[in-house]
Amino acid sequence: MPSLKDLKNKIASVKNTRKITKAMQMVSAAKLRRAQDAAEAARPYAERMNAVVGSLAASVGSSASAPRLLAGTGSDKVHLLVVMTSERGLCGGFNSTIVRLARAKAQELMAQGKTVKILTVGKKGREQLRRDYADKMVGHVDMSEVKRLGYGNAQTIARDILARFAAGECDVVTLFYNRFQSVVAQIPTALQVIPAKYEGAVATAVYDYEPGEEAILADLLPRGIATQVFTALLENGASEQGARMSAMDNATRNAGEMITKYTTIYNRSRQAAITKELIEIISGAEAL
Amino acid sequence: MAGTVQFDLVSPERRLASIVATEVQIPGAEGDMTAMEGHAPGITTLRPGVLRATSAAGVKSFVVSGGFAEITATSISVLAEQAVPLEEMTPAIMDKMVADATLAAAVNPDKDATDKVVADLLAMRAAAGQ
Repeated sequence: MPSLKDLKNKIASVKNTRKITKAMQMVSAAKLRRAQDAAEAARPYAERMNAVVGSLAASVGSSASAPRLLAGTGSDKVHLLVVMTSERGLCGGFNSTIVRLARAKAQELMAQGKTVKILTVGKKGREQLRRDYADKMVGHVDMSEVKRLGYGNAQTIARDILARFAAGECDVVTLFYNRFQSVVAQIPTALQVIPAKYEGAVATAVYDYEPGEEAILADLLPRGIATQVFTALLENGASEQGARMSAMDNATRNAGEMITKYTTIYNRSRQAAITKELIEIISGAEAL
Repeated sequence: MAGTVQFDLVSPERRLASIVATEVQIPGAEGDMTAMEGHAPGITTLRPGVLRATSAAGVKSFVVSGGFAEITATSISVLAEQAVPLEEMTPAIMDKMVADATLAAAVNPDKDATDKVVADLLAMRAAAGQ
């Protein structure tokens, strides 16, 4: 049986924890709104970009001279997995779900005898993957200095990926991130960016292309990849805040429950102590 | 009075303009072009330069750093990698654009193309009066 003082300390400490989790939840809620706005603002560009690149890809795709970014290198031996996670913890299963998906993919590829390389974005994913795949890590992008996610960040990552592809270090590139659905639901997603896949796109022949179709496509494909990276980063950012919000909400609720429980125990033992003292006084008086 | 077209300018981070314009002057990769209502549908890439949209409310200018434009008879959409309204342009932003392009040029194997981008940027800076 803990002493009254211990219980009192415990209650005070849990109350402090609840204050912190509550504050974190509110901060995440504000950040989530901002992240969602950013994702919203980026949507028109990404949609238009995908539509144009998609229709171009559909019309050029079949020709032998199609760019390598679209057609691939002709082999699928070396896979580069770009795993995007958060820089900070305390966001529930957010990072684990992405890492689990990436790990499953890596296992599957290795079972097929393919080479796997991993590029991590965000500290948490690197920490988790380093345990099993330390020899597969080829790079890391540190986002801890980034206050507000900009297109420039996506461009840097895309440039890194493209440089590796151009140097023949990888044949297939896949992005791993969490797609934001709602505050409680984030869907871990694997998106293949090289060779580019644009599904459901139809060739529209009505356009005049200046310069030629293939020149434009060669110019746009790298931009398309940067756009996809940017979209993934934004989705991930919103998902992270959503996950943190619900994790902190749970934590706040649990802290509340714990406080109630400990307060009950505290009051009971306080009463028990008083009763005991009374009995001692009364029996002492009777003995006289 | 000439007909009008729906003009949209979007960058990855935000939508900069969505106006009804009478003509739009675009810095195309193969030369400047002015698109008006009924222009043949086309797609062109952009070089760094100044984009001018003329509407009933006056002329709006934007500094764009690259991207592409999709032109149809009734609408013009410009997807710019980076776009800044001319009046918000400062030497600091300009310097950063040039620095970014120079950085990209250093790693890009296609030296001519990237050098051209830097040269275009410098020309643009001169044109913007900065």
